[in-house]
Amino acid sequence: MIIGSVLGAFLLLGLLGIIFNRLPQLHALVYAGCMVLCAILVGDGVYHVLHAGREEIPAVVLPFGLPWLKAHFRLDNLSAFFLVVINFPGALTSLFGIGYGAHVPGARRVTPLYPLFLFGMNGVLIADDAFVFLVSWEFMSLSSWLLVLADHTNAEARKAAMVYLVMAAFGTFCLLPAFGLMAGHDGAYGFAQMRLAHLTPLAGGLVVLLALIGAGSKAGLVPLHVWLPLAHPAAPSHVSALMSGVMTKVAVYGLIRILFDLRGDISWKWGFVIMVVGALTAVMGVLYAMFQRDLKTLLAYSTVENVGIIFIALGLAAAFRDHGAMTLSALALVAALYHVVNHALFKTLLFLGSGAVLASTGERRLDRLGGLLNRMPVTGLTFLIGAAAISALPPLNGFVSEWLIFQSLFQGPTVAHWAMRFGVPVVGVAMALAAAFAGTCFVRAAGIVFLGRPRSPEATAAVEVPLSMQLAMAIPAVLCLGLGVFPVMVTAGIATVIEPLVGVQMPAALLGWPWLSPVSPTAGSYSATMVLLTAIGLTLTTVLVVHHWGSRRVRRAPAWDCGHPEQIVNAQYSADSFAQPLRRVFGSVAFGAEETVEMPSPGDLAPARFTLRMIDPVWDGLYAALLWLVNAIADRVNRLQFLTIRRYLLLMFATLIVLLLVVAVRQQ
Amino acid sequence: MPTTQMAYDTAHLIGATVLMMGFALLYQRRVTAVIRTYSFQAMALAAAAAWQAYVQEAPHLYVTALIALVFKGVIVPLALTWLVKRLGMHRTVETALGIGPTMIAGVGLVALSIVLVLPVTAGATSMTRENLALAMSVLLLGLLMMITRRNAVTQVVGFMALENGLILAAVGARGMPFVVEISIAFSVLVAMILFGIFFFRIRERFDSLDLAYLETFRGERQ
Repeated sequence: MIIGSVLGAFLLLGLLGIIFNRLPQLHALVYAGCMVLCAILVGDGVYHVLHAGREEIPAVVLPFGLPWLKAHFRLDNLSAFFLVVINFPGALTSLFGIGYGAHVPGARRVTPLYPLFLFGMNGVLIADDAFVFLVSWEFMSLSSWLLVLADHTNAEARKAAMVYLVMAAFGTFCLLPAFGLMAGHDGAYGFAQMRLAHLTPLAGGLVVLLALIGAGSKAGLVPLHVWLPLAHPAAPSHVSALMSGVMTKVAVYGLIRILFDLRGDISWKWGFVIMVVGALTAVMGVLYAMFQRDLKTLLAYSTVENVGIIFIALGLAAAFRDHGAMTLSALALVAALYHVVNHALFKTLLFLGSGAVLASTGERRLDRLGGLLNRMPVTGLTFLIGAAAISALPPLNGFVSEWLIFQSLFQGPTVAHWAMRFGVPVVGVAMALAAAFAGTCFVRAAGIVFLGRPRSPEATAAVEVPLSMQLAMAIPAVLCLGLGVFPVMVTAGIATVIEPLVGVQMPAALLGWPWLSPVSPTAGSYSATMVLLTAIGLTLTTVLVVHHWGSRRVRRAPAWDCGHPEQIVNAQYSADSFAQPLRRVFGSVAFGAEETVEMPSPGDLAPARFTLRMIDPVWDGLYAALLWLVNAIADRVNRLQFLTIRRYLLLMFATLIVLLLVVAVRQQ
Repeated sequence: MPTTQMAYDTAHLIGATVLMMGFALLYQRRVTAVIRTYSFQAMALAAAAAWQAYVQEAPHLYVTALIALVFKGVIVPLALTWLVKRLGMHRTVETALGIGPTMIAGVGLVALSIVLVLPVTAGATSMTRENLALAMSVLLLGLLMMITRRNAVTQVVGFMALENGLILAAVGARGMPFVVEISIAFSVLVAMILFGIFFFRIRERFDSLDLAYLETFRGERQ
């Protein structure tokens, strides 16, 4: 009831935005409305999660949609959990939008669509039949497509929107037969009927494959990720935050709904496949991210990496479940959902930070920024917290979820098959590699943007953003710390969410608060509170020691350079130079990176030139080839348009004869 | 009422005559000869219809036979001959595929239709079965004629022969509604008139009925 009226209110706000979008105050009003509505949904979701099992919200059937199907809605634990995951960042981005939304390019095209985007995402969550699910899914895709296209004068945004539209259509095109297969001959499109359906192994496998491709293309799995780093940065920053932090989670929700709820019996082999694809995605995503020169593109690629990590855990959960290891499956699923929450939080925070930087300096290129920590202290500090969290540093939240995923990975050999025995260590190494790269990547991002000295006049002139935007970044930063320090509360909450899916109650903390020990008290346990206390203690001790012994010493330094030995800003570490060592090691293999240095001959006054060329293996290897193939076929088919009348008749005749031959052969 | 064997043999004979005329159409080298062969085929068709009317005791088939005889056997060939004379056309048939290969293809098509029809209609009476196979062969031969002849008049004759195959199938099947046959006959008549008008138009424009000119006109050939 509450949700229905809130969703209706989203539509009304969209309408309001369309009608009155010439008034600048109204943009703020629409965003404020969205914030309140999101907050209501968060409240509802939290209430439902906390009261799980005590009252079952009945399925709601509304008399619209397909005439023989009607529209089914239902809010179960999983939906309620994702309702929180979606709408909390939604509320934050709306809060950010109050100050930011009126000033983005094409604001009049952004504000009306923003509530519609939120509407679509929430619709996917509460859908209880395939029709409502897919319509909401497309609603979400199309409204976000229009948001990407908001700055349509920019050719890159147009290209991004085009690629996005094609990939979104492709994804839905895969989900459609997946649901169709589950519905079977009778067209039982309600989720309740799908849960009872029995499929042949072939159909069941196809469902998993199609769902993986369909949801994976929306989430950004390699090699279906190509649209993501184009489309996410092209939208206004608060929308980028929604798309990256939230829309990918809707895709994860879709996959969990299909794999763990609608389909009960998935072979562990599929879990293995999902895990390996996730590992590939994680490593490739973070490698891409490391070499980006654009802050928002970097963040988008980092989303690809995190989606990969989530999929590793999902694959593990599926494999464990098929093997009957329900507790381990629950552990992996809890880890996956924990990372979902975390990524939604810190990716929103980081994109909002990039939006604040963009609003203040008008720059997204790393090499035009620098030294912003002094000029924008709140943005800088929150961005640093977000960067530390996404790099999985304890005691922040990113560490806990990745640690949990590692804990469940270590149990992978429970599934006694050589593929798992060999696959799990490889995936573990890949994930460790990705985690290390993520650290490097965000040291680079935060360091180049916020530390050092400004590399451009715009960065020099930067000022802190308005209070509402600061608040929108401060809240998730605090939560990053909170969710990291009190992990047991989070895992307990998630455990109740997934209980209906795996059928076991996960022992949240074997040793009791504050120790998180998911597998057994001896195998591995983590207490964030202890880590925090230790970290604070060690820091204080170090500071005291350094100040006592180090600061008092007399130091000699060159006069007049105020601690900056280099006077030229360009002599600082640049984004490219920071990434160079890793580019030399990995870039030449993965991206065909080529560096050429042109030195002028002695006496020549021309500047030396350094050029860097990298190719995208996925785009050039897969999509360019696909494009070539489509074009070649289209060229051939095009000739059909210019045949003579007799040849057309001949074609028809030949078709008829071939079909008759087929009939003749088949009846023998 | 003749005996069943007698009815079957006669129907078979007349149907085979229609088919033979279909083959004869393929190897004619003169346009007037094509038209006369077509006329003969239509008369054979009329005979087939009349025989079926007698055998099945279905008087409406006599009407079909009459239509076939008057329109297809007499009026259409006369009109086509008049057209050919009026337009002063080349009297040779211009082929896209040689006579020999066309005949071989025709034999192949007959074999195909027999292979196809006989197992499908295993349950039907033997009379219908043979008849259907023959009708289908005639139809395919008409199509073959349409695609292997360049001249517009011969293409029209091919189309008419195809239609003869349809009528042959229709009269052979017991209980085919009369209205179907009538409507097919009339549609062919309308097609004939349309083709006639088109001939004049094409001729006015290009001084020939060779379709190659039409192709040049569409910009497909320089």
